[in-house]
Amino acid sequence: MTDQTTYRPEALTGNRTLLAIAIILSIVMMAPVAWLVGLSIKDNKELMLGTESVFELPYTLVNYVNIIYSSQAFGWFFNSLVVAIGQTTGVLVLASLAGYAFARLEFPFRRTIFVIVLFGLAVPEQAVIIARHQMFNWFGLHNSYIGLMLPGMSSAFGVFLMTQFFKAIPKEIDEAALLDNASPLRIFWKVLLPLTLPAQATLGIFTFLHAWNDYWWPLISATKKEMFTLTIGIASSQTNFAQSEGLGFLSAQAVFASLPVLIVYVIFQRHIVTAVSGGAVK
Amino acid sequence: MAESYRRSQWSNGLFILPYLSVFAVLLVFPLFWGAWLSLHKVDLFGPGRFVGLGNYTRVLADPVFLQALRNSIIFVLVSVPALVILGLFLALALNKTTRTTSFLRGLFFSSSVLSVTIVTLIWRFVFIPGDGLLAVISEQFGIQPVNFLSTSGWSLFSVGVATVWWCLGLPMMLFLAALQQIPNDLYEAAALDNASPWRVLTRVTLPSIARTIMLVTIIQIVMQFQLFGQAQIMTNGGPNGTSRPLVMYIYEVGFVRWDVGKAAAASEFLFLIILVAAMAQYVISSRKSEVSE
Repeated sequence: MTDQTTYRPEALTGNRTLLAIAIILSIVMMAPVAWLVGLSIKDNKELMLGTESVFELPYTLVNYVNIIYSSQAFGWFFNSLVVAIGQTTGVLVLASLAGYAFARLEFPFRRTIFVIVLFGLAVPEQAVIIARHQMFNWFGLHNSYIGLMLPGMSSAFGVFLMTQFFKAIPKEIDEAALLDNASPLRIFWKVLLPLTLPAQATLGIFTFLHAWNDYWWPLISATKKEMFTLTIGIASSQTNFAQSEGLGFLSAQAVFASLPVLIVYVIFQRHIVTAVSGGAVK
Repeated sequence: MAESYRRSQWSNGLFILPYLSVFAVLLVFPLFWGAWLSLHKVDLFGPGRFVGLGNYTRVLADPVFLQALRNSIIFVLVSVPALVILGLFLALALNKTTRTTSFLRGLFFSSSVLSVTIVTLIWRFVFIPGDGLLAVISEQFGIQPVNFLSTSGWSLFSVGVATVWWCLGLPMMLFLAALQQIPNDLYEAAALDNASPWRVLTRVTLPSIARTIMLVTIIQIVMQFQLFGQAQIMTNGGPNGTSRPLVMYIYEVGFVRWDVGKAAAASEFLFLIILVAAMAQYVISSRKSEVSE
């Protein structure tokens, strides 16, 4: 965002009426969220009589306290954490090594392999999910952490992103290391990798969010309740509204489940926007 | 001088080997294995028998598939323009760097980081009859609200509302990035001509970001064709399958009825649709870089 924008003629961009409409839209957009938070701080029994009571006192944190007693939600939270951290670590290691090689080294079929990997970006998950499910069945990988982590590591997006980042580092930096007769591995590890830390953060946060929010794969792979991720767990507890633990408790669970991603988002907003926009345009 | 840096060497390829093996095993192999499955009659346990294009003809003759395909197309036709127009509007409104606009940008993007299950929960609490936010509000005005999630026509629409709410951040950010790229002298020239704001918008701003508009449209087509979780959780495809999208059909055939070959055939259709869109995206984005260089 440059300062230049402020000197531009109004030109319908950034004018006051539009801004006012945007503010109204933002209120409309946040109303459902406020409603959810409102429900989460009301007693379930009171909500049974009618949800209008959200607008009246008293409020309570009892639903949040109940999450602590419901060991399930914490178990799912832990599963999500293990899967997301594992997958992120895997993606960062694989993508950094491959990105470095594609950007800096020469080896047979380099261009051909790169084009094939790029083609992988166009393959939607649905085209491979049935075969993947069968394969994981052969190896007994369903309902396991490793089984939940692995598919996300095959995404070509990370490799593509890291290749771009390594290419952006000036060549003179490795030239200097080459004079000291350093091996490619040494240059990668000692010289270039530390320079890619911002990129690692961008890709890492993107992958973490992606893994945390993934729905399709855990839905078909984690069929045992104790292996659910938080995303699947929340879905399973909202299928039967009538028999469920009550609107207030479900709302509190949803707030609890979205807090980690929202905190990550608030802290790393810039990285996330870069990664998501970059991922879309490729 | 380390020779390996200059010359092509097999040992340099070791760096890509870890990723390449994961890529081959978890993406390339399943892609071909899926195509093989689509030519066989398979269930979860049996290895299957070759049926040629039998699964494809079964899919095409299945009224449920045709309905799901129609639903997906309708969904794309309604949600994509909504996302593009709203995203463009917000980008135009927030294309200035002040504290308010940065805050609003952050707010409009924030829903994108939530998981589909949270989004659907939020919107079910808006739409549920009797207790939902909409019901509570309309009762204040003495209106009897529609049962959105279980009325045909409204159910897919409700899924669309939740989807637009969830996905709006990305188009907005992509449009904002494009608006920042417009050279200032174009605006200065327009100012000298005393052009009206509307004229500047239609003659300068929109033509300058025409490629981004196309790109965002294609990206959204690809994303919205993959609609699944929202429909599955909010309406379970109902009533009478009027909100069942293509991906949910694949899920039900493959993982509920375990007709693996048929599901694989259906997923090849989806792959084809998305591949065409991805090719279009590639062509447009590579043309874009030619111009800017």
